[in-house]
Amino acid sequence: MSDQSHDGYLDMDLLRFTTAGSVDDGKSTLIGRLLYDSKNTFEDQMEAVERSSKQRGDEHVNLALLTDGLRAEREQGITIDVAYRYFATPKRKFIIADTPGHIQYTRNMVTGASTANLAIILVDARHGVIEQTCRHAFIADLLRIRHVVIAVNKMDLVEYSEEVFNKIVSHFQEFASRLDNIVDMTAIPISALNGDNVVEKSVNMPWYHGPDLLYHLENVYIGSDHNHVDARLPVQWVIRPHSDEHHDFRGYAGRVAGGVFKPGDEVVVQPSGFSSRIRSIESADGPLEEAYAPLSVALTLEDNIDIGRGDMIVKPNNMPNKGQEIEAMICWFSDRKTLQNRGRFHLRHTTNEVKAVVTEVRYKININTLHKIEDDLEFRLNDIGRISLRTSAPLMYDGYRRNRTTGSFILIDEQTNETVAAGMIL
Amino acid sequence: MHSYRVNHLKQLESEAIFILRETAAQFQRPALLFSGGKDSIVMAWLARKAFWPARLPFPLLHVDTGHNFPETIEFRDKFVDFLRADLVVAHVQDSIDKGRVQEEKGPYASRNALQTVTLLDAIADNQYDACLGGGRRDEEKARAKERFFSHRDDFGQWDPKNQRPELWNIFNGRKHHGEHFRVVPLSNWTEMDIWQYVKAEGIDLPNLYFSHERDVFLRSGSLLAVSECVTVQPHEIVERKVVRFRTIGDATCTGAVESPAATLDEVIQEVATARQTERGTRSDDKRSETAMEDRKREGYF
Repeated sequence: MSDQSHDGYLDMDLLRFTTAGSVDDGKSTLIGRLLYDSKNTFEDQMEAVERSSKQRGDEHVNLALLTDGLRAEREQGITIDVAYRYFATPKRKFIIADTPGHIQYTRNMVTGASTANLAIILVDARHGVIEQTCRHAFIADLLRIRHVVIAVNKMDLVEYSEEVFNKIVSHFQEFASRLDNIVDMTAIPISALNGDNVVEKSVNMPWYHGPDLLYHLENVYIGSDHNHVDARLPVQWVIRPHSDEHHDFRGYAGRVAGGVFKPGDEVVVQPSGFSSRIRSIESADGPLEEAYAPLSVALTLEDNIDIGRGDMIVKPNNMPNKGQEIEAMICWFSDRKTLQNRGRFHLRHTTNEVKAVVTEVRYKININTLHKIEDDLEFRLNDIGRISLRTSAPLMYDGYRRNRTTGSFILIDEQTNETVAAGMIL
Repeated sequence: MHSYRVNHLKQLESEAIFILRETAAQFQRPALLFSGGKDSIVMAWLARKAFWPARLPFPLLHVDTGHNFPETIEFRDKFVDFLRADLVVAHVQDSIDKGRVQEEKGPYASRNALQTVTLLDAIADNQYDACLGGGRRDEEKARAKERFFSHRDDFGQWDPKNQRPELWNIFNGRKHHGEHFRVVPLSNWTEMDIWQYVKAEGIDLPNLYFSHERDVFLRSGSLLAVSECVTVQPHEIVERKVVRFRTIGDATCTGAVESPAATLDEVIQEVATARQTERGTRSDDKRSETAMEDRKREGYF
């Protein structure tokens, strides 16, 4: 790693990915292997892992222990929550959302997937595509992850068989053909335990001509994952210095959710509908020539109009939808309460918060078969399905498929303040 | 064709600024915890950018153990001037004097654990409803599961099994009376990202981070600096070495590393090739395998 600290290293890409697998698919081992083989682990960490492996009586150094953080997990040998891991190569910095795969943790998978560019779905080569594999693929698709890697693990236990691998891949493709947000699917045969095709090409599978996993992660093209078409700036905060030097300064601060803004552009503020032009795009480093997703900026406008948090600055020829009747897919997160027709919530969407009432529960989805469930319409923990909502004030939104930021929301329980659902607007 | 590529440092910066603005918008009385270490310096730097040209809409809060490196305090005061920020100092000594905490006895005493009570008292006294902290998920395994908006009950405790899921860029800061939040804008940064950002932005850091000569001695695997607040035991040998600090905390538990890295570039080079985690120099984490998780449950940052 000695040549990485030059200036080029200050300018890397960032790839966020999620990993999903069933309990014994070797997911933690795979992440441990990625960290270890790409030289992103430290001596004191490895010493701690070696110590723990011995105490547990494991036969070899258990790389999975690199990622199992909390006491309860160490005791039970499972992962109970989304954990975030970091590593870097000279090309890219990686953020891993490590989510457990058992059925009761769908909500963690949804959470991890919501910010990911890519999903790694682990399949145990001995068991092939099982219900959980389909569930993971469905969630990746639902959350609009464009890039999916099918990592067929434990190839060492099926004698590195090409036939086994091909059968699993075609079985998976058959299922995935029903999912339409996934634009890029790559299958890689690996052994996380032995390191085959993780960071280096395996010598045990000469029949495989594709990339190893790390090479793929370093090179997959993610440049088009942001929306640079529909100009959207949800206003987060209004900067008013009240100083002599910046007496009349009003900066509308926010993180660009889509499109491109430039000084001179004509803009419209929603929901008021007032229009103006961008005077400048301000930053502590001086004015900027343009602003685009996902940059955090502050705009000043030519006209002094009333704008506050929750408003959205857009362009006149490209308006978001505006309305109080919302159709959405949701995933229900609460294990204490259920969602039913006429349920009331706080709804948070971009920087806006409104009240919402469920006007219709349309259906739930059996996420193993993708069949609709229409005879049981009560949402319990981890249920996914479609509902209709009416909000107390209009939302400015896009379909989730068009824009992940302006198309997503959460529901908050009015009594407990807990986040009880994630929603994707249709 | 125009490229809208945003490199990793810009993405992390943009995310942190977003979190800082959300904190100002969602809470009545936030405060930014400032220790004088590099992470809190970077966080305060980002806060300056988030609200520029206005001043920070919240004060800096320093929980002072009284066991500081003098360089830290000197740097703190200069930096606060540069930010034009308000500074609130909560002294662990006051908590001891009031009988709120009992000072550890013996030569290995540390005030590190006592900070938690002083912090929780400062939060209650000033009615802070959100404290911005410079923690990073890559620092320690219990922090890998920390949320950006981390909910604390009215005892200031963290319950790892009952945290709110965080999706996309939507943060739920709703709370009941008496509860508060810890907000962690640098969650996704690594030690390397911090150093790269310091270089890219030209941020000044305390000179403790760069190699210098200092009297040190070895205790439980950490090189501690000789100072008024530690008692060197007869069997411990004091040596003058060329060292620097990778983290700066309480002087009684922050170890130095032997290092010739005197410039930012040399430090980045050293971090890139480091074989020990930065908290490897912190004796407070070595008390047990889950030391950090246990302290966090109690309300430690």
